[in-house]
Amino acid sequence: MTAQAGTPSEVPQAIDREELPALRPGWLTVAAKEFTDHLLSTRFYVLVVVLGIAALIPLYFAAEQIRAVAEAASGAPAVFLALFVLSPQGGPDLLRVQAFVAIAAPLLGIGFTFDAVNGERHEGTLPRLLSQPIHRDDVINGKFAAGLAVMSLVLAVVVAVIAAFGMFRLGITPSVEEVLRVITWLLITILYVGLWLAFGLFLSVVIRRAATSALVGFGIWLFVAIPYFGPFLVQLLGSFFASGATTQADYAGTIQWAQRLLPSQLYTEASAAILSPAVTTVSAFDIYSAQAAQQIQGSQLTFDQSLLLIWPHVVILFALTIGCFALAYARFMRQEVRA
Amino acid sequence: MTATPPATPKRAADRRVSRKGRLRERDRTQPLDSDVQIVTRRLSKRYGSLVAVDNLNLEVRAGEIFGLLGQNGAGKTTTILMLLGLTEPSAGGARVAGFDPTRKPLEVKRRVGYLPDNVGFYESMTGRENLRYTARLNGLKEADAAARIATVLDQVGMTDRADTRTDTYSRGMLQRLGIADAMVKNPSVLILDEPTTAIDPLGVVEILDMLRSVVRDRGLAVLLSSHLLTQVQSVCDRVGIFAAGKLIGVGTVHELADQFGEDVGRIEVGFEGLDAGALATTAAVLGAVEGVVSVKEPVRPIDPFVLMGRAGQETGRLREAILAASVQRGLRLSLIREVVPSLDDIYRRALQRLPDARSGAAA
Repeated sequence: MTAQAGTPSEVPQAIDREELPALRPGWLTVAAKEFTDHLLSTRFYVLVVVLGIAALIPLYFAAEQIRAVAEAASGAPAVFLALFVLSPQGGPDLLRVQAFVAIAAPLLGIGFTFDAVNGERHEGTLPRLLSQPIHRDDVINGKFAAGLAVMSLVLAVVVAVIAAFGMFRLGITPSVEEVLRVITWLLITILYVGLWLAFGLFLSVVIRRAATSALVGFGIWLFVAIPYFGPFLVQLLGSFFASGATTQADYAGTIQWAQRLLPSQLYTEASAAILSPAVTTVSAFDIYSAQAAQQIQGSQLTFDQSLLLIWPHVVILFALTIGCFALAYARFMRQEVRA
Repeated sequence: MTATPPATPKRAADRRVSRKGRLRERDRTQPLDSDVQIVTRRLSKRYGSLVAVDNLNLEVRAGEIFGLLGQNGAGKTTTILMLLGLTEPSAGGARVAGFDPTRKPLEVKRRVGYLPDNVGFYESMTGRENLRYTARLNGLKEADAAARIATVLDQVGMTDRADTRTDTYSRGMLQRLGIADAMVKNPSVLILDEPTTAIDPLGVVEILDMLRSVVRDRGLAVLLSSHLLTQVQSVCDRVGIFAAGKLIGVGTVHELADQFGEDVGRIEVGFEGLDAGALATTAAVLGAVEGVVSVKEPVRPIDPFVLMGRAGQETGRLREAILAASVQRGLRLSLIREVVPSLDDIYRRALQRLPDARSGAAA
């Protein structure tokens, strides 16, 4: 309002001396700032180094293997995908790209969000941030979006590096279907990381001290994502329920049901099926029923069939992510601003 | 600004049509005096059985610095959070910069600069970067923001250190940066929670001077809360004394002195060349003066005696009588002056008049 422009009075109208600038969506501004912060942070370098190792070491072994495979069966299907799933001969299972990512990704997801909200509280920036013209959920939405963006970026780069290595150094060209499979695998991995990001966010809302929430997060990661810990326990649980099973297939089915309580199991099954066309079933019941086993022998699934096979896994992972985020969101919206 | 939905007939009387002929939200809701920037009506907040803020009625106008004074835990911060829409009131309502903070928090927050108690900044960013983030959140364009940030940094005297990381700042510097941060959005209302804590005495003077000039130049309404009463006494146009969630006195310091004064004149008298042995006899001389009710002897002879006059007496006469008595006894008078009660005294007395305030504040 410029009505007073000519008047000598030094007491202007307090409201609308000038037009207020139009507001941008708050979550976008928060996400942009968090994204920049992440890229400049130490933990980003840790992420890059860890995923770099995830890509390079298995790649080295896989490349060695692939030569052998390629010599043995020239024109074997899905050689390109072998880059992601082959492990060194007799070496640990961990040294596959797929397995390494399954373990490292959750850790990195938690690592990026465990201090998202309690860190702001600790620094004393939360009241200041919330007194800006943004909605309260813009803060938590923006932080989640930024974490997801950083993780997606790095994962996509890692996959691209592996693919490029395969194409240029080993001379393996992927078929369209293989490209689709790798992209789908990347999306599922991002979804899985999103689950852990949301979980870390939840911890950062509920637990007041960043150190405590990091510890709790890593403890749960140890239990869920590392083979032998959680899987062993759920197997015990499963065998307890399966004690009444009459056939071996029944028994295996119950065990698998228990294992699937862990999101890591869902992800592992999904990524195995999407990366290897030879995986034609994810059901333990099928594997143990002889009739199905005969059909399975030597057959390959097309991309859409593989996708269909793991679709329930994807849906459940998605639901878990949404659920985790919703919990964090609800708690954050009700919390007092004051420290 | 968009046209508001049709008003109920009851509210129609309050509505005014803006110059552009459209109805505006703040016109509908603003009290008749458009200079009033903060109003609360029976604003209350309860946490379970604890009443943090109890039926608060408050008004702050443009161009005015209002001091909300009270002990820690008196409900100052809770009140401020309600004014910003960061906490919902249990009952009652408020209007800040023309908007209801509960219903239109964004409209309030883009017009109100807020300095939180114990303000913090992102430690890995410089002061300027922190302010730039605030500017962005307020929708300022990059070029406007840069100019605005330079201005506010200059106003708080932080231009030199603006480009170093904030984890190297002292508490006082953070506080200054906090004030700059609150002003980046070019607010019409400034709400400062404990703006002078952790700042050294010289810095306090500077900051209060700066606040004064900002208010004078730009016609801001300022609400500041503090428990350091005397510090803010000088800068506030009006103060509200806050205890146990209640506003127990509002007005200028003089008005409050009248309201909560002892109703007795209090005079300080000092003498030159007095030795310790003469204190008692001098006190007796002063006590014998017509109109003096009591005399308090100083511990050291160089400190002044404190005399209490009779209730309702004119202190000018009392001073004359003291002067005459001193001359008569050959005492060399070096100081004689009336003591204006400080805000600390007023506050203490206001609390004493409120029998349940002590227990309430302690709870």
